[in-house]
Amino acid sequence: MRKPALSDEILLKVEKPARYTGGEVNAVMKDPDRVDIRFVMCFPDVYEIGMSHLGIQILYDMFNRREDVWCERVYSPWPDLHRILKEQQIPLFALESQEPVRKMDFLGITIQYEMCYTNILQILDLSGIPLSAADRGAGDPIVIGGGPCVYNPEPIAEFFDLFYIGEGEEQYDALFDLYKRKKAAGADRMEFLREAAGIPGIYVPAFYETAYKEDGTIASFGPAEEGIPAVVTKQLVRNFTDAVYPEKPVVPFIRATQDRVVLEIQRGCIRGCRFCQAGMVYRPVREKDVERLKEQAVRMLKATGHEEISLSSLSSSDYGQLEELVIFLMEECSGKGINISLPSLRIDAFSLEVMSRIQDVKKSSLTFAPEAGSQRLRDVINKGLTEETILNGAQLAFEGGWNKVKFYFMLGLPTETREDMRAIAELADRTAARYYETVAKEKRNGRCQITISTSFFVPKPFTPFQWARMYPPEDYTDRAGTVSAAVKEQLNRKSIRYQWHEADITVLEGVLARGDRRVGQVIRRAYEKGAIFDAWSEYSDYGRWMDAFAECGVDPDFYTMRERDSDEIFPWDFIDTGVTKEFLRREWKNAMEAVVTPNCRERCAGCGVKKFGGGVCIEDQN
Amino acid sequence: MKIRIKFRKYGVMKFIGHLDMMRFFQKAMRRAEIDICYSEGFSPHQIMSFAAPAGVGITSGGEYLDIEVHSSRTSEESLRVLNDVMVEGVEIISYRKLPDDAKTAMSIVAAAGYTVTIKDGYTFSGSGEDPGTEAFRHGLESFFARPAEVLVTKQTKKSEKTLDLKKLVYEFRVEERCRRPAFFLMVSTGSTDNLKPELVLEAYFASMGIPWKPEALQIHREDIYARSGADTPAFVSLGETGEILI
Repeated sequence: MRKPALSDEILLKVEKPARYTGGEVNAVMKDPDRVDIRFVMCFPDVYEIGMSHLGIQILYDMFNRREDVWCERVYSPWPDLHRILKEQQIPLFALESQEPVRKMDFLGITIQYEMCYTNILQILDLSGIPLSAADRGAGDPIVIGGGPCVYNPEPIAEFFDLFYIGEGEEQYDALFDLYKRKKAAGADRMEFLREAAGIPGIYVPAFYETAYKEDGTIASFGPAEEGIPAVVTKQLVRNFTDAVYPEKPVVPFIRATQDRVVLEIQRGCIRGCRFCQAGMVYRPVREKDVERLKEQAVRMLKATGHEEISLSSLSSSDYGQLEELVIFLMEECSGKGINISLPSLRIDAFSLEVMSRIQDVKKSSLTFAPEAGSQRLRDVINKGLTEETILNGAQLAFEGGWNKVKFYFMLGLPTETREDMRAIAELADRTAARYYETVAKEKRNGRCQITISTSFFVPKPFTPFQWARMYPPEDYTDRAGTVSAAVKEQLNRKSIRYQWHEADITVLEGVLARGDRRVGQVIRRAYEKGAIFDAWSEYSDYGRWMDAFAECGVDPDFYTMRERDSDEIFPWDFIDTGVTKEFLRREWKNAMEAVVTPNCRERCAGCGVKKFGGGVCIEDQN
Repeated sequence: MKIRIKFRKYGVMKFIGHLDMMRFFQKAMRRAEIDICYSEGFSPHQIMSFAAPAGVGITSGGEYLDIEVHSSRTSEESLRVLNDVMVEGVEIISYRKLPDDAKTAMSIVAAAGYTVTIKDGYTFSGSGEDPGTEAFRHGLESFFARPAEVLVTKQTKKSEKTLDLKKLVYEFRVEERCRRPAFFLMVSTGSTDNLKPELVLEAYFASMGIPWKPEALQIHREDIYARSGADTPAFVSLGETGEILI
C-alpha cells in the first residue's frame, strides 16, 4: 500500500488533504526500479486548477506510454501546507510515489500565466532545489519550463535549466533518449544541456547572453558559445488527428475546476485577433478528424465516468464538422446522465438549438465576447464581430427563451477613447432594449439580465500589440469608472450589471509578460518577501512587489509605460513561432488604421507559418 | 430494482470526505456500466444514497450505499466489474438485491461499531507512561458507574445538544491489541441521536484525567447496523439484508 509523505496529523490539519495524497483513478503507478527516467510534471498552482489543465494530461499520458519513463505530478501546496513544509522541513513530493521531487531526473513546469511565477520558486524552494539553474549540481533534477509563457522565457530564464518552446508532443522523445544516452555515458549536467540545446525547440538560457543599450533596451542577444543555435523554433504537431491524446485521463477525488472530459477538437485559430497570443503562437489552425474525436469521446467517458464532456478549442464554431460531432455526442450521452458543454461557440440558430436541448434555458446564460464596445475599436483589435451579429444573436436567444446574457470586454486596448468605453454600456443597453422589443410582456420571465464583465488588456509577446504601451493602475480604475458611470445613464440600467477586475495585478502581469532577464531578480525578491499565489486576489500584494522592484533597482514602468520602437529588439525575438515580426508589424500598423485583416480561411494574410506545412495553410491543396 | 452495496474504506481514502466519495461512486457506476436509474429533468442524478458515511480520517470495514438499477448482473459479476474500477483504498465487499419495499439504509441506521486504536509513535501523557489496558478498564467502570446519566454536550452547526451516553452507548469494551489498549464501541447512529465515537472517548478520557489528543487515535468503523425488530434491542448488520443475485 502507498504510504503518504505527510503524517495523518498534517493531512487532517490542512484544507483538502486529497490535494496531496494522489492515488486517483487512472493515476499511473510504476516500479521505480524498472524505469530509467523519473519525471515529475508540475502545474504551479493549487491542485484543483492544475488538475484541470489539458496539456499536462496529454504529456503525462504520452510520457507514461514509454516503459522507461515514469511521469508523476506535483502542484503548489496551498499556503497552509506551505507553512508546515517550511517549518518541519519536509521536502515537496510527487503525488504518485510520494517521494521527494528532488530525487527525480526531471522537473517539468508548465507555465500558463505570469502570475504563477512566484509559485515556480515555491516549488523549487520546497523541493530543496537551488532557485538558480547556475547553482544546481549533479543531484538536482533538470528543470524544464513549457507552456504559453515560455514564448517569453527571459524573466524566469535563470530559474530553468532548459525551456521547451512549442507543442510538447514533438521533441520529448528526443530529449529523453539523449538523457539516457548521456547518463549511460556518465556525462555531466552541462554536457547534457549543451547537446540538448541542439534539439529543435529546446532553449538552454545558460548558453545565451544579452547586451543592453544605455536606454535599457536590448543591444544584442545571442548564443554565448559556438554550436548553440541562434534561433529556437517552436515545435508544432502537423498531423493533429494522429497526435497522442489521453484516453484515460486522471480523475480527481475533489472537484477540480474542469471536472469533465475535455475533447480537443482543433488547435490554433483562424481569427487573428490582435490582442490574442494563443491565436498567434498556435498557428496554423489544425482540425482533428471527426471520426477520431467520436472514438476518443466514447473511450474517455468510459474510462473516467465523468458526467460531462466539453469541447476545447480557441473557437469551436470554426471547426468544420461541429454539427456532426455535436449531434453524435447528444445521441451518445442521452439517457446516461452526461452533460455536454460547448464553450466558445458563436451564437446562431444551430448553437441555440443545440443548447436548448442540452441545458435548462431558464437557468443558463449566453455569452458574447465582443472584447471592445465600439465597432471602431473592434476593427482595431481585428475582432470580426459586428453589432448586428451580436444583437441578432441575442434576439434569437431571447426568442428561444433565454433572458440572461453575459458580455466580456477588455479595457485599456490600444487607441481606446472615452467613447469606446461608453460604447460598452450602450451595447448592453441596446441588447436589453432588443429583449423588451422581442419578447411580449406576458411571455417575459422577469427582466432580462445583462452582465458586463471587463478585464484589463495586457500586451503579450508575439502579438501585433507587443509594441503597445500600458497605463498606470489609477488609469485602469478610472476606465472602469467611466464604464460604470455610463451604465448608470442607460435607459435599461436596471437590467445591466457591471463587474470589473482589479487593476494592480494587470500592471504587474504586464511587466512579467514582456520583461527581460533583469526582471528575474525581482521575482526572486518578491518570493523572498513572501509572495506566492499572486493569481489569487486574497494572497496577492501589489505593494510587496513594488518594494521588490525598488530594492532591485528595476523600474517597472520601463516595461509597461513605453510604446516600443518598431525596430526594438525584444527579449523573445530569438524564438521563431513561424509568425514573422514583419507580419506582426504590419498588423500593428493595420490596427492603428482600424483596418481589418480577413481570417485564414477567407484569405491568407501571409503571417509566415505556412513554412511549417500544416493545418489551414495546406487545406485543399493536396 | 434496489441494490445495497457494502464497501471497505482504508489507506489514504480515509481523507476523502463524503461528498467526494459520492462523486467517486457516481463516476464509478458509469465506468462499471452499472444500469443505474437517473432522476428526471435537465440535470439528472443517479438514484443513490449512503448510510451514515464515516467522517474524514476514519477507516471503515462496513460502509453502505443503496442504488436503484433497471437491470443487474449477478452479484459476483457486479462485484468484479465494480472492483475493477475502484482505487486502492476502496473495496466492494457485497452487492445484494433488496426487497422492493425495503427502506433505504440511510433511514434504518441505528448503530455503528468502532475499534479505536492508538497510532504508533503516539502517547497521551507526553514523556510519561500511558495507562495500560487494565487501568483503562477500571476507568471505564467508574465512567459508567456514575449515577443515572452520563451527560455530554454535542456541538452542532446551530446549537448545542445534551446527550446521555448511558442510553446511547450500547457497548464499550477495552481490549488489548498489540500490547496496547484498544477500545471497542457500539454507539447510536442515524438521523436522531447520532453519536460520534470521538465524543464518547473524549468524555471517557477526561474522566480519567488523560489529555485529549484526537490525532493519536485511529478510529476504524467495523460495521453499521439496523435494529433487528421493533421491540428487540438487538442489531443486525446492514449487509445482511437482501439476497445475493445469481
